[in-house]
Amino acid sequence: MTTAVGPRPGTAEDAVVGVVPGEVVRPGSEQQVVEVLRAAQRDGRSVLATGGRSKTGWAPAPTSADVLVDVTGLDRVVEHTAGDLVVVAQAGVPLAALQEQLASAGQWLALDPPETGATLGGIVSANASGPRRLRYGTARDLLIGVTVVLADGTVAHAGGKVVKNVAGYDLGKLYTGAHGTLGVVVSTTWRLHPVPAARQVVVLDLPDPQAAGPLAIAIARSTLTPVAVELQAVVGGAAALVVVFEAIAASVTAQADAAVALLGGGRRTDALPEGFGQRPGGPDDLVLRLAFAPASLSFVLAALPDGAEVAASACTGVAYAVLPDAGAAALEGLRAALARHDGTAVVLSAPLPLRAGLDHWGPVGDSLGLMRRVKDRFDPERRLAPGRFVGGI
Amino acid sequence: MTAVASAPAGTAVLAARLRQAVGAERVLTDHAQLRTYECDGLANFRVTPGVVVLAESRQHVVDTVRLCAEAGVPFVARGSGTGLSGGALPVAEGVLLVLSRLRALGPVDPDNARVVVEPGVINLWVTRDATPYDLAYAPDPSSQQVCSIGGNVAENAGGAHCLKYGFTVNHVLGAEVVLPDGSVVHLGGTAPEHPGYDLLGAFIGSEGTLGVATSLTLRLVRVPEAVQTMLVGFSSVEDAAGTVSDIIAAGILPAAIEMMDALAIEAAEAAVHCGYPAGAVAVLVIELDGPQVEVEAQFAQVEQIALARAAFETRIAQDAAERALMWKGRKSAFAAVGRISPAYFVQDGVIPRTKLPQVLAEIDRMAAEVGLRVANVFHAGDGNLHPLVLFDDAVEGQAADAEELAGAILELCISSGGSITGEHGVGFEKRHKMAVQFTPEDLDTMQLVRCAFDPEGIANPGKVFPTPRLCGERPGPRTGEHPVQAAGLGEVF
Repeated sequence: MTTAVGPRPGTAEDAVVGVVPGEVVRPGSEQQVVEVLRAAQRDGRSVLATGGRSKTGWAPAPTSADVLVDVTGLDRVVEHTAGDLVVVAQAGVPLAALQEQLASAGQWLALDPPETGATLGGIVSANASGPRRLRYGTARDLLIGVTVVLADGTVAHAGGKVVKNVAGYDLGKLYTGAHGTLGVVVSTTWRLHPVPAARQVVVLDLPDPQAAGPLAIAIARSTLTPVAVELQAVVGGAAALVVVFEAIAASVTAQADAAVALLGGGRRTDALPEGFGQRPGGPDDLVLRLAFAPASLSFVLAALPDGAEVAASACTGVAYAVLPDAGAAALEGLRAALARHDGTAVVLSAPLPLRAGLDHWGPVGDSLGLMRRVKDRFDPERRLAPGRFVGGI
Repeated sequence: MTAVASAPAGTAVLAARLRQAVGAERVLTDHAQLRTYECDGLANFRVTPGVVVLAESRQHVVDTVRLCAEAGVPFVARGSGTGLSGGALPVAEGVLLVLSRLRALGPVDPDNARVVVEPGVINLWVTRDATPYDLAYAPDPSSQQVCSIGGNVAENAGGAHCLKYGFTVNHVLGAEVVLPDGSVVHLGGTAPEHPGYDLLGAFIGSEGTLGVATSLTLRLVRVPEAVQTMLVGFSSVEDAAGTVSDIIAAGILPAAIEMMDALAIEAAEAAVHCGYPAGAVAVLVIELDGPQVEVEAQFAQVEQIALARAAFETRIAQDAAERALMWKGRKSAFAAVGRISPAYFVQDGVIPRTKLPQVLAEIDRMAAEVGLRVANVFHAGDGNLHPLVLFDDAVEGQAADAEELAGAILELCISSGGSITGEHGVGFEKRHKMAVQFTPEDLDTMQLVRCAFDPEGIANPGKVFPTPRLCGERPGPRTGEHPVQAAGLGEVF
């Protein structure tokens, strides 16, 4: 067992959305996480967990961060049962390291969020996904078991090590995207997929991003089975639709042919284009994650201002966008337009001075009260990642 | 059979209020009528409900739940009543809320591949309505001709094709839910990733213990370009199981891989004359779907894999009729077992796929030890076993032996690293086994969710969890003893 590192005093480098934690501890085992949380409960201190720190801006600043639990010391791949296509790995394992290990068995965890250094726990907590969500779904679809340490130090498991399992509540889904407000994720169990044998990519340049909407619908309604359909665009400017096929060689070749016919053109290649799957923008931009009814892509593009950089998972109803004219008013205007398509916009990144004036999550709907009741049951003293979630949870 | 007599007097006042709210013709209190609803698809547990409400609108559901909440009377929601774990077993002195008349369906939104349905809609109707758009609803439990979407959501139903397509939870994007206090919330929607907790993910599969869905937004999938189905006969269970592992190891993800053993084959033949290979000790039904070239190439590969495992017959369905017959044998297997045994218990355990041969051998050994027969029908691709424990209820003690064997098989699933249920749910039947699969802390944590949704514990009480629970109102850490706990009436959260 690794010894816990720390606690040590927090520094500016440890800050989460500008909040410097009182102290930082890096546990080396689940039991050490338990001890940290028990001690925090005893002393009434707030707790914030981080992994690879690649998405700390995806939630607003905590209202308090007495103890930062760095889970990167929980870095063991516990069990990979290749014959069952299942892996158990601790929360601090970087996704890239896991993929490397699985690749030797011809398998992978079918999640491809672009953030460098992302850990499994962080991917679950932030519900991060990438282009191949079109085929494989997101963390909620692939996570089959989870262990969390609750606010009082209780270790709680849900799910198991088999894909098909309906025993008890599926709490893995509840923890996915909860940004650490219900517990600290310490271990994750995943359904795996075989690495596809071949790839073909069709890239279609579009004079106007708007053209992507009907094309995405045409692809979705066809019998093609792309793993990803990505739109890379600048609103009012250039755009490219990237359709990716990954399967056996005969299939990807035939499907790329069919896709070129369906789209009325496109370059064929076996390499992914530069920037594929990357989120647009940088730390000083207002970067949003938009979600909407999938067939509304054209409408969403029309609602974005000229110059907005967009990367959309075109058939799933998810897009990432940079608002060039960053400001609360622009964000609210966009939200109002999206609402007609069941659309939402949440902030992934924003310049620190702008953040205070932004409604990070936007409207939640009539289930916010129920969400608060869930939070009250799990963390009645509101010590886990306080203020980081919807409605100030 | 466990029969519990009802005492309708206690719910008389509530029944009167319900009549006023939803109309007298929709409220049943006559004992003979109530008895129609005393069990679901698991007929060995029966409880006559105090009142039955036949809801015909969302408002009827809201009114019924609100009146139950005001009166502190428990309610149990029921769809088509085909559940196999007693999830819709009524509560005596409680209300059974029947949703099968809530059957509004659609219209299908083909561009978004979505459809909004009421909970009483039959599973197969969704695909029927989606077919003109080349769309389908993927979850396909064997009872899909009669089971309801609401029940599917409550149990997180699976089916043969969930190996590739996932379960109900992967295909439901939104729900309107009446909470146990009568308030209404909307979870998820047409779009993915609504901000906030994934309460929809927690709700699906909660077996009616968190509320009642009155509307569901379903995701539809594109009908694949090609579908091919193969029936393969083997002389040993080991070879059949080995074939399953080899297919997966080759990187092939079939739409379905189903397995039946000799006894299950015998039953299916007797019932539906499905023409399975004569003399087979095990058969696999393997279906691949997707782009034509991919299906053809992988189908040839699957055939080679099966032949390498000494398959003595591989039969490829030449047309839709032949494919339907292959599936008929499989999907009618449960009912068919009635042809070869006076009575039987169906179980629903899951094991890691790689442990199939050992676990099947162990089930054989356990069955022989008590002198009972077990027919095995299962979703082999995902290790979801449906052992059918055959017995004669006219022989004294045999039902008890069979029940004990069925329970022991579930514990074998757990000790093999699996689960007590893959798709039927925990329900009433398996609630005690939850304490074998999960630690007390795990179960306490699930109760936190229960208490957030249903602090009074009136939504389908007595299901899923092994012991009755009460939700304490005190926030903060669990210290000291609640008076109710001290009195031995329940545990507090």
